Amino acid sequence: MNRIDVSIEHKHAPPEPPAKKHPNTCPGCGSHYRDDELEVSLRVCPHCGHHFPVKARERIAQLVDPGSFEEEAIDLRSADPLDFFDLRSYKERLAEAEVATGLGDAMVIGAATIEALACELAVMDFSFMGGSMGSVTGEKFARACESAVEAGVPLVSVSASGGARMQEGILALMQLPKTVVAVEELHEARCALISVMAHPTTGGLLASFASLGDVLLAEPGALMSFAGPRVVAQTTREKLPDDFGLAESNLRFGHVDGVVPRPELRPTLARLLRLFGSD
Amino acid sequence: MPRDAEIRLRDRLSKLGGLDLLRGARLSGELERLQRQLDRIEAEPTDEEIWRSVELARHQDRPYTLDYVPRIFEEFFELHGDRGRGDDAALVTGLGRLEGRTVAVIGHQKGRDIKERTTRNFGMAYPEGYRKAIRVMELADRHGFPLVTLVDTPGAYPGVAAEQHGQGGAIARSQAAMARLGVPTVACIIGEGGSGGAVAIALADRVLMQEHAIYSVISPEGCAAILWRDAGEARKAAAAFKPDAAHCLELGVIDGIVPEPEGGAQESHDEAARLLAAALADAIEELDDIPPDELRAARRLKFRSMGVLA
Repeated sequence: MNRIDVSIEHKHAPPEPPAKKHPNTCPGCGSHYRDDELEVSLRVCPHCGHHFPVKARERIAQLVDPGSFEEEAIDLRSADPLDFFDLRSYKERLAEAEVATGLGDAMVIGAATIEALACELAVMDFSFMGGSMGSVTGEKFARACESAVEAGVPLVSVSASGGARMQEGILALMQLPKTVVAVEELHEARCALISVMAHPTTGGLLASFASLGDVLLAEPGALMSFAGPRVVAQTTREKLPDDFGLAESNLRFGHVDGVVPRPELRPTLARLLRLFGSD
Repeated sequence: MPRDAEIRLRDRLSKLGGLDLLRGARLSGELERLQRQLDRIEAEPTDEEIWRSVELARHQDRPYTLDYVPRIFEEFFELHGDRGRGDDAALVTGLGRLEGRTVAVIGHQKGRDIKERTTRNFGMAYPEGYRKAIRVMELADRHGFPLVTLVDTPGAYPGVAAEQHGQGGAIARSQAAMARLGVPTVACIIGEGGSGGAVAIALADRVLMQEHAIYSVISPEGCAAILWRDAGEARKAAAAFKPDAAHCLELGVIDGIVPEPEGGAQESHDEAARLLAAALADAIEELDDIPPDELRAARRLKFRSMGVLA
């Protein structure tokens, strides 16, 4: 149209399109970070305390005494019993995940010491197929339980997983009872399970070993729900509370013993290991 | 692959043939049925056949737990409530008599009409339901009653309150409770065995599946929505993750298949109940003389061994 635009907003230059987001922007506060600085701060934003994801090996390095970790069951790899193919084959996805992460599956297990206290570790890695639990993940967890029993030490698990691995079908679901019976055997041998839930611990993980710890710890802001927020919103059309499924809300409802900021995790675990009598 | 599958199932069938569970006179028809299942696998079950199982498992006239209960158990007495918070109608629990002895029964109940479905929440239990189940499992253990569970749920309920009441933990603890029991436990998937909500009450000495039941890690629609980004691709998803009884048997996830009346359990509730009752009674009988410690150890070993490694 030929009308003259006299609105105030247009007297100045039109606003620039939003600038491309800096790749290292904290989702919590929008501040920019340097990779090396973030690593030194245990991947916690120094400005707002946002907890970034931590990969399994880095997590182990954060927690254990340097050089004390001895990895177990390194060679275990998933088979493809269903010849599963969605948009791509499961075999291809597995190979790609291994190349991308340098891991054989979504969990790393082994013996270590934390502040000179012996324990067994089972640490998950979300970057390997969303931390999903398949046959190998379940097997590694069960072996970690057995190693802990053999050594008579507590097991510390760190979970970060979306749940069961769909590409293994019903066998993925069977990893729930498999890890549950492993925890039962661990408990019967009077070994403790200290379960740390990082973001996210959802679905089959929350419905199996992660919930069965003698002590349950969560990282700040971690999502811990059986059903994810999107599924709940779509299925029920309920209005979700802002803190739906978050660690803090789980603490309020009595589902975890504590929400532990990452810098306090190592000393907290050491204290629990002492309380459970590791020497 | 189909050749390997065939060899594995043949192997498994021959092993099953040696089991008392299937040797009993009442179940002599079962091996025959299994043989037919095997024939079907040999003939490479088409996507349509797998999808037909999905449809039959969800058939609106399929018998539910409360259709079986009066037909299978005498003097059934329903137990209500988790003793803490509420009574979940999606999970029915109670005591009844099977072949003259008392057993504890736990089963999902979907509901037949709109009104009942609303009350029963379509068989999707809250944590209260699983806590009620745990209470009844412990009761059974205390009194030496064998435990029968009937699994028929699309999944545990995904809701805000369910999460706040601890859905994940309740499912984990229900499995743990089953791992501790010293009494014979038999689970049968009688319709939909939907994910965590199903396995919560299926960590049993004998896990059976009706011929047209399905047992899966996620619903076909859910899987399709995630992997194909389109819930409409449910058929493809079902064909890919193979939730039918024959495949579950082949993968070692279940111990036996319970035959259904020709055309599916919905065709005759009485006949379906008769076949189910025989399978349950045989399984319990087979487990009856095993000492509690051995029972527990064998049950744990069975689930400890689940999975396929490269």
